[in-house]
Amino acid sequence: MGTNAVEQAAPAAAAEDATPSGTPARTGLLIIGASQSGVQLAVSLRALGFDEHITLLGDEDHRPYQRPALSKEFLQGTVESESLIFRSNEYWADHNVDLIKGEYIVKIDKEADGSGVAHSSSGGQFPFKRLALTVGARARKLEIEGGDLDGVLYLRNADDALALKARVGDAHDVVVIGGGFIGLEAASSLQKMGKNVTVLEFGPRLVGRAVGEETAEYFLQAHRARGLDIRLATSAKRFTANDTPADGHRTVSGVELQDGTVLPAQIVLIGIGVIPNTQLAEQLGLAVDNGIVVDRFALASDGTTVAIGDCANMPNPVPGSAPGERIRLESVNNAIEHAKVAAYSLTGRREEYAGIPWFWSNQADLKLQIAGLCNGYDQTVLRRDAERGKFSVLYYRQGRIIAADCVNAPLDFMAVKNALAKGQNIPAEAAADPATPLKTITTDS
Amino acid sequence: MPTVHFTDAEGAVRDVQGNAGDSVMETAVRNGVPGIVAECGGSLSCATCHVFVREDCLSQLPAMEDMEDEMLYGTAVDREDNSRLSCQLRLTDEFELFVTTPETQV
Repeated sequence: MGTNAVEQAAPAAAAEDATPSGTPARTGLLIIGASQSGVQLAVSLRALGFDEHITLLGDEDHRPYQRPALSKEFLQGTVESESLIFRSNEYWADHNVDLIKGEYIVKIDKEADGSGVAHSSSGGQFPFKRLALTVGARARKLEIEGGDLDGVLYLRNADDALALKARVGDAHDVVVIGGGFIGLEAASSLQKMGKNVTVLEFGPRLVGRAVGEETAEYFLQAHRARGLDIRLATSAKRFTANDTPADGHRTVSGVELQDGTVLPAQIVLIGIGVIPNTQLAEQLGLAVDNGIVVDRFALASDGTTVAIGDCANMPNPVPGSAPGERIRLESVNNAIEHAKVAAYSLTGRREEYAGIPWFWSNQADLKLQIAGLCNGYDQTVLRRDAERGKFSVLYYRQGRIIAADCVNAPLDFMAVKNALAKGQNIPAEAAADPATPLKTITTDS
Repeated sequence: MPTVHFTDAEGAVRDVQGNAGDSVMETAVRNGVPGIVAECGGSLSCATCHVFVREDCLSQLPAMEDMEDEMLYGTAVDREDNSRLSCQLRLTDEFELFVTTPETQV
């Protein structure tokens, strides 16, 4: 990324529209965060006929790009950076969207009517009539001794991925800290690239609460069978370093575990979750609680600012959720669907979140697709076709299907996703036979 | 230059030129062709880049792998014999492809 960079619009783009007092005119929509949700918001607004100017502003020096491949195809070098770019420059120009890169907003002045001016760290001013926060989340840092050594890396954005790629050639041993999706995806990629990879997971099983126990156990066994060294209930005590070179940049040499064992590592990759970016919302006085609190229409507590995607804490959109139950989802699907809700909101329509949350994670030849949210399940049904390498876990609550984890089983995934979307059920008894297509036993009640 | 002609469910045509090596899906998305959603960015996880390929163009396309075949059973508009996921179709030099996008992808 970074090639063919779009020309940056002047930060004071609105200066020519300035009012006599010298204050820039507060027109248009300012989207802070050139992310999946930010891009989708701009695209959806134009599709709905929103005709005001849109500024899509991000703090990275790249055109808006897709993140999922960073831990997989991009890391492995099987896709070009250009393939990750969401939209061509011509698209943005044709749709009257100003793309602004490399501006980090530090302060926002906002009036009660929702208009205001955002100020960047470089002194830029970005006036707006309406504001959208699509600011995402940042990697949670592991604050232990040696955490600032060269070679101790995270994987959240394109620069992180480029830094990792730059080091990977010289590395023999990699320790991945965190057995979640990012950690396991990157570990699988690095293993495929010939590295000696060890995964340390603090918890008693992989992937935390994002999947049920059966799925976690399946991934543990499958990865171990593929030669990945996974250590559960294991945490790093400190990172060791090589002797200080002349340039003073100390580089990581290993990971010392709590029991004193030292694993050699020329790269340590940390993937222990994310923290929603709420700093701007807090500064604006918006309600914040594990993300920016929004209503069903993606509106923050001031009633005018929209906040969507990873940074937003919203009413649980899944049909049948307990009243008042809230959730913050970190996924591409959510970024897209939530952006659509916000686009309706900004054009004066009230449309609630549609669709069933879904997720995917590709790890080596294991293709996991998750439909729905399994929280609060009281029964599971396993479908296993060992011969064809297919594995699904269906989750039920009070006899109704609520979610499924499917590994290399897209038919099961699609059947469950479609059933959930239509409010249908897949009776547990009949689902247990993996030879029976779920689509054929789906019922309307 | 490789060209893809997208016809939507209402019959409106959009001709898009692309680069050899890119997928039909990428070419569509980058240029904002509305009939292609492609939530998963081409990793064969979502089945929202479904297209119907004009019959006489089918032979120039690579054979379908199992995963694409299975994903096609979950498309929003039911598959036909000429259905493909456009993320699996790579543009080549001298490539000219005519596809129709379904009424909905989700």
